[in-house]
Amino acid sequence: MIRSEILKEIAPILRDQLVVCNIGIPSQELHAIDDQPSNFYMLGTMGLASSIGLGLALSQPKPVIVIDGDGSVLTNLGTLPTIANNVADNYILLIVDNGSYGSTGDQPTYAGQKTSLAKMAEAAGCDRVIECQAEDTGRVVQEALEARKMTIIVAKCQSGNAKMPPITMDPVVIRDRFMKAVQA
Amino acid sequence: MNIDKKITDDLVANDISFVTTVPCKQLAGVIAEIDEREGIYHIPSNKEDEGMGLCAGAWMGGKRPAIIMQNTAIGVTINTLATLIQYYRMPLPMLISYRGELREPIACQVEMAVHTKALLAQLNIPTYHFHHKSDVEELDAILKYTFMCNKPVAILTDANFWGGYGDQ
Repeated sequence: MIRSEILKEIAPILRDQLVVCNIGIPSQELHAIDDQPSNFYMLGTMGLASSIGLGLALSQPKPVIVIDGDGSVLTNLGTLPTIANNVADNYILLIVDNGSYGSTGDQPTYAGQKTSLAKMAEAAGCDRVIECQAEDTGRVVQEALEARKMTIIVAKCQSGNAKMPPITMDPVVIRDRFMKAVQA
Repeated sequence: MNIDKKITDDLVANDISFVTTVPCKQLAGVIAEIDEREGIYHIPSNKEDEGMGLCAGAWMGGKRPAIIMQNTAIGVTINTLATLIQYYRMPLPMLISYRGELREPIACQVEMAVHTKALLAQLNIPTYHFHHKSDVEELDAILKYTFMCNKPVAILTDANFWGGYGDQ
């Protein structure tokens, strides 16, 4: 399975939740598969999806699911200790780990080689870390929602992208409708 | 007047309840003061761009955020300021320790000090420079201005403002 197939499979779970989605092709794929006002698409700023999601989870009670990538988490590794030490039980970080920088041409990341993001999250102090295969992502996300415990999920999948158009929505529109979904 | 207390009081009075910090010697007192206030969630960040991400999320979640950092962080956060905070039109008061100004003992700090205002100007970020202790009186108005216009706003606080490094 590649990332877009995971997103298609978990779209019905994501639909009713606040979702912060990583820059580039992940946001384009989610937008094309199932655009929702409750999706916050990052159009820039690689690496900060997990941080934006954590700030959001700490500031309001609704569940927050962050869709991140291995490359983006590697860009902002300091996020793992911050997450571990600021526990928000409405926070789920789903790292779609395809071992590559998908948006820039599938160059390999270290997460696809010797580095384990799940072990790094555990070493950072995150209490509930689950590594799963792509096929099990939906079940693991659903269980995390039901557990109401801060959860870091590392979903291992194959490298590759679906061809989707860029998001042309104005960033202020994305942000404004998202904030209305937060308040709804 | 205790500057640390005054700054924290102004943050609280402006309903700022989510503060991220990357420490600086000059900011130690205000960070300690923030840590003690029950109405403020203090979340230290490991890098300033990470901190801005946290603030962006907090604001969308309904809290008023602020970031406290050194001016060297301007070099770290330009992309985040342009493509997150400004692009999505978000308010962000940035209380910045302005190292490398008058009375600075560490020469290397001057190397980023000479770029600080130019970079902020290039980004069209409203910038205020606190040089005398009494300049803190403007903080309340600056915070109101920030949340009125939904922009990042820089408050540069130099060594003279903080009372030097024990050299006087």
